[in-house]
Amino acid sequence: MNPFDGLRVAITGGTSGLGLALVRELTRRGARVAFVARTRERVERVARENPGAHGIAGDVSSKDDIYPVALQVTGELGGLDVLVNNASDLGPVPLAMLSDTECEDLERAFATNVTGPFRLTKALMGALAASAREGRGAVVLNISSDAAVNAYPGWGAYGASKAALHHLSRVWGEEHAADGIRFLSLDPGDMDTPMHAAAVPDADPSTLKRPEQAARELAETIAAALPVREVEGATL
Amino acid sequence: MIAATRPTQRPPDARLLVVDAGRHIDHVPRSAFVEYLRPGDLVVANDAATLPASLRGTHGATGAPVEVRLAGRPSLSPDVVNRFRAVVFGAGDFHTRTEDRPAPPPLAPGDRLVLGPLRATVERLLHHKRLVSLWFDGSADEIWAGLARHGRPIQYAHVQEPLALWDVWTRIAGPPVAFEPPSAGFALDWRALASMRARGVEFETITHAAGISSTGDEELDRLLPFDEPYRIPAATAEAAARAKARGGRVIAVGTTVVRALEHAASADGTVRAGEGVATQRLGPESRLRVVDAILSGTHEAGTSHYELLRAFLDDETLLRTTAELDERGYLTHEFGDSVLIEKAA
Repeated sequence: MNPFDGLRVAITGGTSGLGLALVRELTRRGARVAFVARTRERVERVARENPGAHGIAGDVSSKDDIYPVALQVTGELGGLDVLVNNASDLGPVPLAMLSDTECEDLERAFATNVTGPFRLTKALMGALAASAREGRGAVVLNISSDAAVNAYPGWGAYGASKAALHHLSRVWGEEHAADGIRFLSLDPGDMDTPMHAAAVPDADPSTLKRPEQAARELAETIAAALPVREVEGATL
Repeated sequence: MIAATRPTQRPPDARLLVVDAGRHIDHVPRSAFVEYLRPGDLVVANDAATLPASLRGTHGATGAPVEVRLAGRPSLSPDVVNRFRAVVFGAGDFHTRTEDRPAPPPLAPGDRLVLGPLRATVERLLHHKRLVSLWFDGSADEIWAGLARHGRPIQYAHVQEPLALWDVWTRIAGPPVAFEPPSAGFALDWRALASMRARGVEFETITHAAGISSTGDEELDRLLPFDEPYRIPAATAEAAARAKARGGRVIAVGTTVVRALEHAASADGTVRAGEGVATQRLGPESRLRVVDAILSGTHEAGTSHYELLRAFLDDETLLRTTAELDERGYLTHEFGDSVLIEKAA
């Protein structure tokens, strides 16, 4: 059975780059997708372009937006099986050495890359646990980066925040293993996305991974983390 | 009892009154709840998240201010959210006791209500001049977005600070289908669930669209609880059967869980999985087929919640329980203390 058929998935940062590619890939595979992004016009456009996908305008870095977003996700999907914390902030643009990084840029990176996913995951944990209890499985995929483990000069705010998210994923994974909730923290690789262009403006796009390719790989990883679903009523 | 006025779900000094199957009463910290569970027991909670069901706005024809409190839906379907049952109040907000709130302007079928970004039409009155069936304009996604942006949790004058959704969502909150929080579940957190697992206690959930607890109008309050849709997962029905088979108890967290499980119970105590609409009132005449004990808030005589406790306890013990709650100054309402009541052996 297609593991994505009717799978209820929420994706943050769903109107550009990897997030948009994931919205398209998972919708195409039969998932019921709700995606979140800050700009209402872009949310509406992506929703129009992907019939069946539910667009939600909201900013994961804003405390006051988290519960309204969680309400719409679980309201529109009737529950949640997979949460993809993809929305990310690069920190200072252009990239800067840590000692040249404005505190506000560091704080914004942490608000989007750490505190936002922390709050949203916490608000949706009940829905995810319910899905796991019903045998549907539950997966939280946090989009990480090689900058979370390697010390790249200029990537300090981004790298430190992604390192924190990676560690949150690991602790959550330990604490909720018995609830049947899987936590994945994955580096999709250097991709040809607006964020990468902002970080490395002179990179040759032909040397970068296509976000569509990364989305296909992540879809396979999500499927592998879910319990095998049996065809209803099937007998041997 | 004294109203709990602070919106803290798990105050460190929360208390628990326990009535065991032998009618003995204990007073313990609520954090000791898990110690009253036995290996083989099944705890069932309501995983409904709470809607921001209070909508401020105006009555189109007169321009008069109104507060609409959503109070019911025909089903739990995420795609069908145009129709709600609602109680309408006049000017003011939760700071005024519901009993003292002015009435809304006279409502008639066809009346339009402007509720922030939402627009609704009064379809009909439901046996009372303030209880209406509303039809909201727009797609399901537009209505969810409008509720998310404009709605506030329903609240009452005993809590004076405005509530946010995080104040009223339990730790286990999933589908947002409750109109007021299934507040017995405030007692649970992830640590408590882990402790249950370590003791060999199973934990499952149902989803039940808990309705509103009070309207401030005696005639309307007599109609409570309204019909409430619920859903029982197959895993929960199976867990109940397993618990019964091994001699374990089924412990309901909250009155809504009792209402749903008993509504879905057949005479032999098996629970039917799937969706249903709980229409029954539970009281002293009710025979409980599934639920053996209830973890609940403290309830005052005369409420439908109190009546439900009479299904577990004889009147003499319930009066003794109420007297002890009063004497010892237990806190009541949604952020108050709790009781754990096992039905008589």
